[in-house]
Amino acid sequence: MKQLVEIIQNHFPINDIDLRKKSLAFISIHQNQAIPLLEWLKTTHGYKAFVLLTAVDWIEENRFQLTYLISNPDNFTELGVRVFIDREKAEMVSAHHLWKSIWVYQRELKEMFGINFPNSPRVNESFILEGWDTIPPYRRDFDTKQYSEETYFPRPGRSTNDPAKHMKSKLYPKD
Amino acid sequence: MKKDFDKDALSDMYKDKFLAPENEIRFVNAPDGSIIEVNPLDDYFCQERPKELKPRKGVVEKFLNWARAESLWVLGFGTGCGSIEIPPLSTPRFDMYRFGVQMRATPRQSNVFIISGYLSVKTLKRAIRSYEQMPSPKYIIALGSCTINGGMYWDSYNTINRLDHYLPVDVYIAGCMPRPEALLAGFGKLKELIKEGKAEKANEYIQNLDWYKANQKKIIKDWNMPDYNW
Repeated sequence: MKQLVEIIQNHFPINDIDLRKKSLAFISIHQNQAIPLLEWLKTTHGYKAFVLLTAVDWIEENRFQLTYLISNPDNFTELGVRVFIDREKAEMVSAHHLWKSIWVYQRELKEMFGINFPNSPRVNESFILEGWDTIPPYRRDFDTKQYSEETYFPRPGRSTNDPAKHMKSKLYPKD
Repeated sequence: MKKDFDKDALSDMYKDKFLAPENEIRFVNAPDGSIIEVNPLDDYFCQERPKELKPRKGVVEKFLNWARAESLWVLGFGTGCGSIEIPPLSTPRFDMYRFGVQMRATPRQSNVFIISGYLSVKTLKRAIRSYEQMPSPKYIIALGSCTINGGMYWDSYNTINRLDHYLPVDVYIAGCMPRPEALLAGFGKLKELIKEGKAEKANEYIQNLDWYKANQKKIIKDWNMPDYNW
């Protein structure tokens, strides 16, 4: 992986390099360079298998992290390409022309995080949350407990017991 | 794959945001050259309110209830993790057939609906539609603690907490998850209730239909189906 990262460094400006093990590394790159880098890796270095696309909400830093995990089936190595995008203007270039399966991930990210991928197929259709009308639920400023209590008729009388305390009071009531 | 990409352009064509394309008004050319307007919501679905199935009197009702209790046809609709507890019932070890319980493929053929675990809002919509298509008399068995108070998904943004606010429940089976033995005990309990004439929740659903519909529409925000699905 070290060699590959060095080759990438010669061609693309990489911000951050995280070598995990022999077969896994993470690099982060600017938003505009990410799709050309993925295309370049796919065509010239055999990273032709797309594994997943996921997002993390770094609310303190006011940005989203997108991770494209791609794999080389010839030498069994995986490379994660991280992209940081602004939280206020959450938009990323679609990569569905590289891997067909990626549009499903992009549609899910649009729904769960509100990250837009313009021109991605069916990106505006609802995926799991049909008719969702508040902020996307995977954003960290969304309060899931409050939403659930307001929406889903919580049954009164629900309580929790700490197992250790409960068993102590049951087994040794005098103590 | 190409077909899927074409659908992207379709999404702009939705006039009512939540009206499914197959339910839109369309015009069809008849063989004699005239043009017929087809409004699926009016033409294919019943617009009348449902009617109660009133119990008969005396021995007749007792006989009918005995017959109903000994022949429970379960809709094969697994909604949560509990659906994995249902297939063992048809194996020799648990063998639900000896109790007169069997699985059916469609709602029109079945009269017991097992809500097997948590229900997301998306699934609830399908569950309501399936339940309303089932012929009366019909019963609901709610499996697992998720249907009672939300279970471990009580604070989730997408799963309901109390099933009895949306669909009428005859028998609850508590547990997370209940074993197939518990399911058989639940069927036993349901049989008792039917034989005593107490499994009348389907009628209660019809009596309190407005309350149920208001609750359902509160959380199903893209209500793109008819109000009554029978």
